Amino acid sequence: MKMYPHVTLGPIGTVRERLPFAEHAIKIAAIIFGLAVLFDMFRQLTTGELTIALIAGYLWRGLSYGLVIGLAGVGLSLTYDLLDFANFAHGDYITLSAFVGWGVAYLVAGFGQFKTGSLLFLGVGGTVYPQDVGISVTNAPIAILIGLVMAALVGALLAVALDSAVYKSMRGAGNITLLIASVGVAFILRYGAVYLFTQQTFGLTADSWSYKLGLPGGTVTITSASLLLIFVSLLMMLGVHLLLTQTKLGKSMRAMAANQQLARVTGIPSEKIIRRTWLIGGALAGIAGFMIALLQGTINYQIGWTLLLLVFAGVIMGGIGSVYGAIVGGILVGLITRVSLIWIPASFTEATGFAVMILILLTRPAGIFGGDVS
Amino acid sequence: MSDKPLLEVDSLYKSFGGITALDGVSFEVESGTLTGLIGPNGAGKSTTFNTIGGILKADSGTVRFDGEDITGESPDRIARKGLVRTFQMSREFQNMTVIENMMIAPTGQRGESALQSITPGLRENVSDQEEDIFEQAWEMLELFDIDHLALENAGALSGGQRKLLELARALMLDPEMLLLDEPFAGVNPTLEKTLIDRIETLRDKGQTFLLVEHDMDVIMEHCERVIVMHQGDTLLTGTPEEVQSEERVIEAYLGGSVA
Amino acid sequence: MSVQEGPVASRLPDSLVGYWENDLVKIGATLAAVYLLYVVAGLLLGYGLSGQLNSLRRLTFLIVLYSIGALVVNLHWGYSGLFNIGVVGFMAVGVYTTTILTRPVAGQNPTGTLPGLGLPLPIAIAGGVLAAALVGYLAALPSLRLRDDYFAIVTLAFAEIIRITAKASELQEFTIFGTTVGTGGGRGIRTYPNPINQFFEGTGAPIVNAVSGTIDGPLVSGWTFVLALTFVLVCVLWVIVRIVESPFGRVLKGIRDDEEATTALAKNTGSFKIRSFIIGCGILGLLGIIWQGSQGYISPSLFVPQLTFFIWIAVIIGGAGSNTGSIIGSILFVGTIYLGPGYVRRLVEEFVSLSGRATNFPDALGALAGGDISGIILYTLDQTSALRVILTGVLLIWLLKRRPDGLFGNRREMASSIDVESRVRDRQSNDSTAGGEE
Repeated sequence: MKMYPHVTLGPIGTVRERLPFAEHAIKIAAIIFGLAVLFDMFRQLTTGELTIALIAGYLWRGLSYGLVIGLAGVGLSLTYDLLDFANFAHGDYITLSAFVGWGVAYLVAGFGQFKTGSLLFLGVGGTVYPQDVGISVTNAPIAILIGLVMAALVGALLAVALDSAVYKSMRGAGNITLLIASVGVAFILRYGAVYLFTQQTFGLTADSWSYKLGLPGGTVTITSASLLLIFVSLLMMLGVHLLLTQTKLGKSMRAMAANQQLARVTGIPSEKIIRRTWLIGGALAGIAGFMIALLQGTINYQIGWTLLLLVFAGVIMGGIGSVYGAIVGGILVGLITRVSLIWIPASFTEATGFAVMILILLTRPAGIFGGDVS
Repeated sequence: MSDKPLLEVDSLYKSFGGITALDGVSFEVESGTLTGLIGPNGAGKSTTFNTIGGILKADSGTVRFDGEDITGESPDRIARKGLVRTFQMSREFQNMTVIENMMIAPTGQRGESALQSITPGLRENVSDQEEDIFEQAWEMLELFDIDHLALENAGALSGGQRKLLELARALMLDPEMLLLDEPFAGVNPTLEKTLIDRIETLRDKGQTFLLVEHDMDVIMEHCERVIVMHQGDTLLTGTPEEVQSEERVIEAYLGGSVA
Repeated sequence: MSVQEGPVASRLPDSLVGYWENDLVKIGATLAAVYLLYVVAGLLLGYGLSGQLNSLRRLTFLIVLYSIGALVVNLHWGYSGLFNIGVVGFMAVGVYTTTILTRPVAGQNPTGTLPGLGLPLPIAIAGGVLAAALVGYLAALPSLRLRDDYFAIVTLAFAEIIRITAKASELQEFTIFGTTVGTGGGRGIRTYPNPINQFFEGTGAPIVNAVSGTIDGPLVSGWTFVLALTFVLVCVLWVIVRIVESPFGRVLKGIRDDEEATTALAKNTGSFKIRSFIIGCGILGLLGIIWQGSQGYISPSLFVPQLTFFIWIAVIIGGAGSNTGSIIGSILFVGTIYLGPGYVRRLVEEFVSLSGRATNFPDALGALAGGDISGIILYTLDQTSALRVILTGVLLIWLLKRRPDGLFGNRREMASSIDVESRVRDRQSNDSTAGGEE
């Protein structure tokens, strides 16, 4: 499909700038729906079907989940914006970095007590169990920290290496070709993980300190894992913010994002910026992967992939081309999937996230923070 | 010829970000005429065509075609009403052959219904019409002297040949009015003459043409009226003689701003 | 006519003569080559007649089904520019709908299994196809506004929503309007009996008995089913060729090439895209019904994006935009990447004596460090499903870099119901022989 200068570069394929009546109708319907939902929430609170504790629990879990999605989304949004392609392998960067990070964490925690190979491979085949190693945030903070750093490093290196090996020679290839290529990369990475770790789901953490917060209606369990996650995520987001506003690299990246049309016409962004974008995105993916495994307490070859569509949802909701949008969008997705539990059965929470994404693409494709779509 | 103009453009404004591309363009084109649209680069001629044709939506202003308000209509609806345009950078279907490019054009093809194309009895009707469309396409290709390229992929053609294909294809729609965006760029003079003659014959039969061209000889010799645009606005309209002698036009082309 | 016509060709309509001349031969040759490969492998593995027939049956079964899927993906992407990566979702809609429609009603179903609406199988199949087409319509609506990669994400989201719905425990068994039906949730659900199997267990039993001396009994109904599937493939191909070689198909090609220019030619491109999408999704519904449904049991885990991408790579190998390419691509994909690793493993096990077993990678590595390579080799060979996907990924990337057009992607396949090419050549040769000049 050809691209002409006056054609938009965001989600909309042709310049249909006018808002058909249907779109206004959907927006009004969405607002009414949102109000109805809030109203029903209060109703349920008064009848006792819902408790403050329950809502707080959903919000807390949604926030934690959403922060991870947001972190992962930053990298996805950056590369989508800079190189104009949807990196379907992003989920598998998350998975592999998480595996390596946790393997190292295990190694550090259990060094000398168990075989190195078993530790690094998380006790695949039932050789080592979390209880044996006793790894958790409170028991082995050093191991966790080192694992986290390792995951970030691996993520960064993986992203850059794959760019050099695969995408670099395809710079002008067009977004669909790159997308399909990234699917190929995703396959190799994901089933590379299967090859190394089998399809087993690994338990990761032993019991750790948690705080039971008493609230009207019940208690909310605040785990140390989620506290660490929130702390690290906020730190990372601050870092990204500083990077974008204070450093030269950040300013070039923002300039490129703002002047997409100009960048397309004048040429491809410089290799240096591309490499650094992959580094940042990959590192954040690694951190997100390590964190989600920590939060869930388990890891398998699919954690990144199952997350990916939600990450896309977050990035799209927040608006392609906006890093802050990716973060906010991710948090929103996390909150939606958890808070929707008030009305929707647990099996459908992810579907809710997807449905909201589709709705946004239909009504406001630019997302919340998306720039001028023309 | 009807007394009302076929195409009425009234106060079109269009800006992109900070750039004002159209700044109140207004003009009329009478039915059955060959009218020229000229102006220096950046005057907004292609943007005007894009807005009239429905690909862009004006910020304000109206476009009326044959008495009907078509402002903001979708491009396919506008083309179906009989107002067809060609593109400055010719947009032939690069991965299709020249003959397919031609045969796709006519409106109301039976075979555009999937059902009719699949069903055994009905497909014969489709094929009958395909024969007619083929004849029509071949005739047009011969007229434009590109019939020897019929089986070439349109993307393999030279710039001038692609322009010819663009024009030939547009004519296949048998439009009431044709907006031609630099149709002769890269075309050799002899063929250009043949085509202008052809256009004039069609004009005499009642078709209307609005022609953007940089070749001033063509404009001045063949157009009954000329519209001059400058910086997104209509500078003046008149006969070729009137326009040629107008100082403001000369200044506009030489780059000065006109009060 | 400037085209040579043999006894078959002279009886075929114009549009098919070309096929007979070239494409069928190409397909046949590729198939024959792959068959030969498998027969040789079978010989090396010591398969008897029944073993060979079964091996070829399984091969053909998958080839035919992948071909149907590839033809649809080619219709969507190669012809209409619609990037559909939710293929499995529509297959799931088709087979789940048919299952629910045809399973015996509550009270008549064997105890412990899920009830359905008890409709006859043909009606249920029609219902499944229609349901898939309807969901396809819903999924196509976003395509009117979205760029192709965003639309792709939407199709993937649709497929995941469908899979999540099929897996939901709330829908495992439920009662609506007084009727009890169910999807089986995560555990899955039994589908419907294969009419061909039923035939050979009943009226056709004598045939089975007659041959059961030479070959295994089940092969009779197995191969008959495969032949029936091949007939379905031919029908699907017939429909798609007629769609594609017509003004309708011509507009689709225009849309893929340059949608805006197509719009400027007075075509309502949205309507064309939706119709193309619906037709393809209906066929995908049918595919699910005859593929996963015929195996007797379905569950949500069968409908994962991996299958979508396997079908896609068959299309990419063959070249998007070519129906013949899609079929040949399917033959090659199934024959080499999909079934290949399993056969390689069996051949290696047969001929290379390797001892020791490694059940996980670190142990295999450890063995390697100790100087023993059989551990890692055996471990690698065991990972057939992983190898298959990794190979697919590598091939995908290689193809995109070196041969993005695949094998047949840049062929000229004229979009018209008449033989335009020969008419043009006639005119052009008339021009030159008559010395005509314009």
